[in-house]
Amino acid sequence: MTPYLSLSIWVPIAAGIAVLGFRREQDATFARWIALAGAIAGFLVTIPLWVGFDTKTSAMQFVEYASWIPRFDIHYYLGVDGFSMLFILLNSLMTIIVVWAGWEVIQTRVAQYMASFLVMSGIMNGVFCALDGVLFYVFFEAMLIPMYLIIGVWGGPNRIYAALKFFLYTLLGSILMLVALIYLYSVSQTFEILEWYRVPLSFGVQILLWIAFFLGFAIKVPMWPVHTWLPDAHVEAPTGGSVVLAAIMLKIGGYGFVRFIMPIAPDASRSLTGFMIALSLIAIIYIGFVAIIQADMKKLIAYSSVSHMGFVTLGFFVWSQLGVEGAMVQMISHAFIAAALFLCIGVMYDRLHSRLIADYGGVVNSMPRFAALMMLFAMANVGLPGTSGFVGEFLVILASVKANFWIGFGAAVSLILGAAYTLWLYKRVIFGAVANARVAAMKDLSRREFWMLTVLAVMVLWIGIWPRPIVDVVHVTAADFLVTVSHSKL
Amino acid sequence: MLAQLNAAASLPEIVILVAAMLVLVVDLFIPDDRRHFSYWLTQLALLVAIAVTLTSVRLEAVTAFNGLVIDDMLADFLRLACFIAVSMVLFYSRSYLVARGMFRGEVFVLMLFTLLGMQVMITGNNFLTLYLGLELMSLSLYALVASWRDHTASAEAAMKYFVLGALASGMMLYGMSMIYGTTGSLDLATVARAIGARHDSPALLLLGLVFVVAALAFKLAVVPFHMWVPDVYDGAPTPVTVLVGTAPKIAAFAMALRLLSTALQGSSFDWQGMLIVLSVLSMVLGNVIAIAQTNIKRMLAYSTIANMGYMLLGLLTADRYGYSAAMFYVVVYALTSLGSFGMIMLLSRAGFEADQLDDFKGLNRRAPWWAFMMLLVMFSLAGLPPTVGFYAKFMVIEAVINDGFVWLAVVAVITSLIGAFYYLRVVKLMYFDDAADMQPITVRFDTQLVLSINGLLLLVLGILPQQLIARCAIALMHSNFP
Repeated sequence: MTPYLSLSIWVPIAAGIAVLGFRREQDATFARWIALAGAIAGFLVTIPLWVGFDTKTSAMQFVEYASWIPRFDIHYYLGVDGFSMLFILLNSLMTIIVVWAGWEVIQTRVAQYMASFLVMSGIMNGVFCALDGVLFYVFFEAMLIPMYLIIGVWGGPNRIYAALKFFLYTLLGSILMLVALIYLYSVSQTFEILEWYRVPLSFGVQILLWIAFFLGFAIKVPMWPVHTWLPDAHVEAPTGGSVVLAAIMLKIGGYGFVRFIMPIAPDASRSLTGFMIALSLIAIIYIGFVAIIQADMKKLIAYSSVSHMGFVTLGFFVWSQLGVEGAMVQMISHAFIAAALFLCIGVMYDRLHSRLIADYGGVVNSMPRFAALMMLFAMANVGLPGTSGFVGEFLVILASVKANFWIGFGAAVSLILGAAYTLWLYKRVIFGAVANARVAAMKDLSRREFWMLTVLAVMVLWIGIWPRPIVDVVHVTAADFLVTVSHSKL
Repeated sequence: MLAQLNAAASLPEIVILVAAMLVLVVDLFIPDDRRHFSYWLTQLALLVAIAVTLTSVRLEAVTAFNGLVIDDMLADFLRLACFIAVSMVLFYSRSYLVARGMFRGEVFVLMLFTLLGMQVMITGNNFLTLYLGLELMSLSLYALVASWRDHTASAEAAMKYFVLGALASGMMLYGMSMIYGTTGSLDLATVARAIGARHDSPALLLLGLVFVVAALAFKLAVVPFHMWVPDVYDGAPTPVTVLVGTAPKIAAFAMALRLLSTALQGSSFDWQGMLIVLSVLSMVLGNVIAIAQTNIKRMLAYSTIANMGYMLLGLLTADRYGYSAAMFYVVVYALTSLGSFGMIMLLSRAGFEADQLDDFKGLNRRAPWWAFMMLLVMFSLAGLPPTVGFYAKFMVIEAVINDGFVWLAVVAVITSLIGAFYYLRVVKLMYFDDAADMQPITVRFDTQLVLSINGLLLLVLGILPQQLIARCAIALMHSNFP
């Protein structure tokens, strides 16, 4: 059997190392093409995962199992189920898009830029398919290094502060997780995550483990009140960095809830349901308000991400099939929408070198094609039926109404808020009188930019109109997941 | 009689001793422009010692010289680590020494004597042998620190090192004498039996234990016995700093292991508490104070203090798993530390010491490969995957959690987060800032090769750590512990 999962990890990393060979300024073109080839190859090896995926089982598929560090019984253990498989495809596709997005924009240290993204892509695939606690942790931490460099080297004026904040904040979350992983090893004598689902744990221990894991993943999601690193990181990161942050890295937080927190500490999770729902609703509503008043477009979308990710945690913690499926669809959909919106802002930033809403106005006059595409993504962000944004949010709201009307009501408020901040942003930037001569001189989308956004537009519409394939992938896994977490471990 | 001597067990020591004499004599007849002959002779001696050690590895522990010396797997492993470390120190420091007129035979001879002292510490099976090794190593190091004769900081550092080091030696001897007073023996195994036979722990034994632990803490550079470290690291010429910071830590670890686990295992309950205090203080203070440093040698000095605190986590569990974790830690730390000081020497040139953090500014523009190597070193010191430093921290944390000290593990990870801040700052300077100095890096090819191997090893061992972990475990399994 071909080790597709290993390939999805190591092909991009190998390509990244190869790109580093072309670090002279005059070789930049080679570096770009090799990076693109590597990203495409990395995506191609993940296609068999989609084609060969068996949607009728929640067991791990495409499993690879080899001894790695026998002293601690650590294995190179990879596998995907309905929760993780889609993220690997998503991540590999996004890598192509960010390489493409940085094509002409990045002019300094091109090889290092491309290499960072490719290596990070491989590492994040590893995060999603690692089934050994230590292997997961290694990927989880290693992923910070390229992102730190991406923000710090190619970022905006305040990049150093943002990079450091990003790194230390996320490290803060993950170090306690390391203690939790080792503690689980000491009680179970194994690092296999799936074995940990069956280890009996007292309630007090579950709570402590829950806190340790929660810190790690809540910071990644990010949930209110540990979200403050995200606006800084997003604003300062180059466009590609923002795309990967929003589309993939945040999803690792959500993924952590279903892979670690809920099955390992089910009793603690159930008793903390109220707490989680409260935090999710605060993220959805309060952060929605915060987004409205932002003057910086990237910050606005960053806060919108926090608000949308609130749906994900809410979906998990209403403990129902609909909720879990909705959360998964929401994660995939948000990846495309947030990526597209960050790319749109990047497109405008490349022309005007400003992210402030006040510097724009009437962009539709000079960039009609761009305005049309961005309209689609703005609508998707609002959750218009027919776009992917609708499906996830609708499912989660439906699930929450079933659990408790007022929770559903709170979540539904976000539809209004989302419309408010997104459409108001769109109105101020795209419509109205042409703000200044520089806006009037903006050129419409280049062919590269057009196709880059079109791919995302197709994905957004496809999931919006026909979400069935995604729901099918998740369905059985989600059902069995709910059975697993319903068993008490006390 | 001769069979009882069993001198073959000490063959690597004999090789180094002969080599030291040989270099001393041969160097007298070599003109100044042919000094590299002594240098290569020293390297050759190290190579022979490595070969001799490798061929004499055996599973069973043997004692020699009527039980004064022991040769076991642990000794072989740690000796090898010291040989390789000293050899790397020589590779890194050659250009540096030449540029400062310190490329002299005495330096090589003193380094070999330091090494001999370490070997005696590693193989000592008797209080006196251990003490003798400690003194031989320390006295040679004092001289080496002072070897940059026209540099006042160097003389000052040597003075501080000597005074405080002598105090520590005194404490060690005093403590040993008290333990001798209680147990009636200097032989480690006999002491262990004597302690095991008693059911109480008399005050005299405890007092002796306190003195011994304090002296060990001094040699390992842990808080509150760390005062000498920043000044010595900063004042000593960098080749000596790297020597002080690497191989002697391995030797001090070996000595601590022999004393605490072989002789004093019976009092492990008592010394465990002491080590916990030392360890926590070192992790916290070392990491916090390092943040305030602007001189990279001083920063690395505090980093050493913090790292030795982590190493003690393994030692304080008082079981074989913990010891093997601590051993892995100390070996990995030595390798990483070699890389960090190697980088400082790489960037130094005649009349310029790259000892300020700002000297690393914009290194990625200037020399991307070396910036990457330094990045690996920094992430390994911070204990982040995929570098080998992660497994070092992982193993000691696993050891304390396994022993039930979850709170110590939490302290360890939180202090390592503080530590990450100043290691990341170096990465920031190299990658995010513009270069102040675009001077091309011109160092000998062999230096570059060894330093690159060193840096890449941090990554390779970080991806495939199994061999080293297993070797540490095996070395301890086949050693003479109760």
